[in-house]
Amino acid sequence: MTVETTEVRDAPRTRAAATKIRRAQQDPAWLRWILTGLAIAVVVVLIVLPVLHVFAGALAEGAGVYWKNLVEDPDTRHAIGLTLTVVPIAVAANVVFGVAAAWAIARFSFPGRTLLTALIDLPFSVSPVVAGLMFVLIFGLQGYFGAFLRRDGYAIMPYLVSALLVLLLAVASFVFRPSQRRARRGLWKTPPLGLALAGATVFVLLVLAQQALGVWPTNKSLKIIFATPGLVLATAFVTFPFVARELIPVMNAIGADEELAALSLGANGWQMFWHVTVPNVKWGLVYGIILCNARAMGEFGAVYVVSGHIAGETDTMPLRIEKLFQEYNMPGSFAVASVLTLLAIVTLVVKRKLEDRIPAPEQGRRTGAHP
Amino acid sequence: MASVNRRVLPGFSLTLGYTVFYLGLLVLLPITAVFVKASSLSLHDFLGAVWTERARAAYLLTFGTSFLAALTNVVLGALLAWVLTRYTFPGKRILDALVDLPLALPTAVGGLVYASLYVENGWLGRHLVPLGIRGAYTRLGIVLVLVFVGLPFVVRTVQPVLEDLDPETEEASSSLGATRWQTFAFVILPTLVPALITGFALAFARSIGEYGSVVFISGNMPFKTEIAPILIVARLEEFAYGEATAIAVVLLVISFSMLLVVNLLESWSRRHDR
Repeated sequence: MTVETTEVRDAPRTRAAATKIRRAQQDPAWLRWILTGLAIAVVVVLIVLPVLHVFAGALAEGAGVYWKNLVEDPDTRHAIGLTLTVVPIAVAANVVFGVAAAWAIARFSFPGRTLLTALIDLPFSVSPVVAGLMFVLIFGLQGYFGAFLRRDGYAIMPYLVSALLVLLLAVASFVFRPSQRRARRGLWKTPPLGLALAGATVFVLLVLAQQALGVWPTNKSLKIIFATPGLVLATAFVTFPFVARELIPVMNAIGADEELAALSLGANGWQMFWHVTVPNVKWGLVYGIILCNARAMGEFGAVYVVSGHIAGETDTMPLRIEKLFQEYNMPGSFAVASVLTLLAIVTLVVKRKLEDRIPAPEQGRRTGAHP
Repeated sequence: MASVNRRVLPGFSLTLGYTVFYLGLLVLLPITAVFVKASSLSLHDFLGAVWTERARAAYLLTFGTSFLAALTNVVLGALLAWVLTRYTFPGKRILDALVDLPLALPTAVGGLVYASLYVENGWLGRHLVPLGIRGAYTRLGIVLVLVFVGLPFVVRTVQPVLEDLDPETEEASSSLGATRWQTFAFVILPTLVPALITGFALAFARSIGEYGSVVFISGNMPFKTEIAPILIVARLEEFAYGEATAIAVVLLVISFSMLLVVNLLESWSRRHDR
């Protein structure tokens, strides 16, 4: 910045001024060498060596054994499958939340906006073990809903499913309504109260229908803790902030001009969202998703507490690593670890590539995952 | 600022409603549950759970190791940030990218590999154990993995500040006769202090709650290498939910105050910028 202004003001002296600044900022060569060497040594000892060791440990007994450890051990295979079930659900839930939160926070001002933004970061400051404990306290056998879930857990399913369907209907009615007020007719003309009444009616009807048809078993216990739903909840909690955190600054940086233009040209909410908002923020969204995914795949503490470590049932990949480690099966443990390490490396490469594509204003806080 | 008329852009009540609903259900409700459960304990039981000798040893170890690790991170992080912004050398981009690896690598993998690097016959332990430096199953091991886990935080908070530093201040300092060392100590370092403190706080906060990596390397011996999250898990495995919750509340209160400190520091350093 300053160098540029010098250039404009007195061009002949530019070069001299630039060299002077460079000399003032430059450290002596010996210091440069020592500091660079130290920095490389730190990264090699703390990061490179461990990564190499993962692969060396995994391949210690040859590629054949490596493959067998990964594919032929039924418990390991199940752990991979379980991780591939739990992670997409948790990430998808957080993506929907992240997009909604970013839209509300970056596009509108309302009282409590700063507080809401701060609350989104809350899960980052909760120890994963404590996060797991929270869900045990709520859904565990001795937890607040424990007795109910054990007695007749599926009784909540009609309400849950109906609530989800009503939510989807609400989304649909919002996004498909015409943007021009004058063009709104029928249901789209109704004020929020009417919509709420309609939603409530649909909800009650859906619940009654499910109960009448006996879709869900009665007097049967529903397991959340020590089962897949608990793993999903714990993972979703721990990775909660990632997508929203990445999207909010990106949306702020882009601004609402193009969206307003789309609306004024007659697009409805849905068209505006898919043709303007999503293309604009897509790299920020992908960035958030890969960070969220990496953390979700590797989550250990929270999942450890809610899983109950039943081999072949509730062990995810990181838990499987620990179990094999406890059984002194180091090649097996490292084999699973190598898959997760590969994933981490891919995540880093994609992250690097994306960072050049995301609008700049939030470069300053590109600390990756914050805590 | 992008505060747009709510009547023009669609979806305000829908997205805000969903955000609050999901946040409440997944985050606020569980956090409340912990405090409700803790408040159902009598004061005597609560203190009995959080102030046992074993628990005190665990807090002390958690804070001691986290503090040491965060301090180490400040030194190493400042070094890395300096080298990455000021010097050019082959492989710099790779080095820069590698700094983020601890954020992407599952903590369990980090713990596993550190444990086996520093045991007696490991790649590094082979040379270190004969010198009397035992990295695995000791407190040193806990510090080592916490340094690994917290490294990116300091680097990534200091780096942008160094990049934005005005070259003219350094030129002014040197033209006024300061040596390079004086320029660093009296001109550059003071502007880095807020970022260094923020980085320290972030690394420290992360270390306090860390579980996945420590559980592999610490050996988890009560009074010796048992950190607070490991104690919580131990209590849970004894089905002592009340005691586990009490210790969890202590950890939560500490992490939330750390979060507050970080936010205050950030707003303070932002005011400092102007």
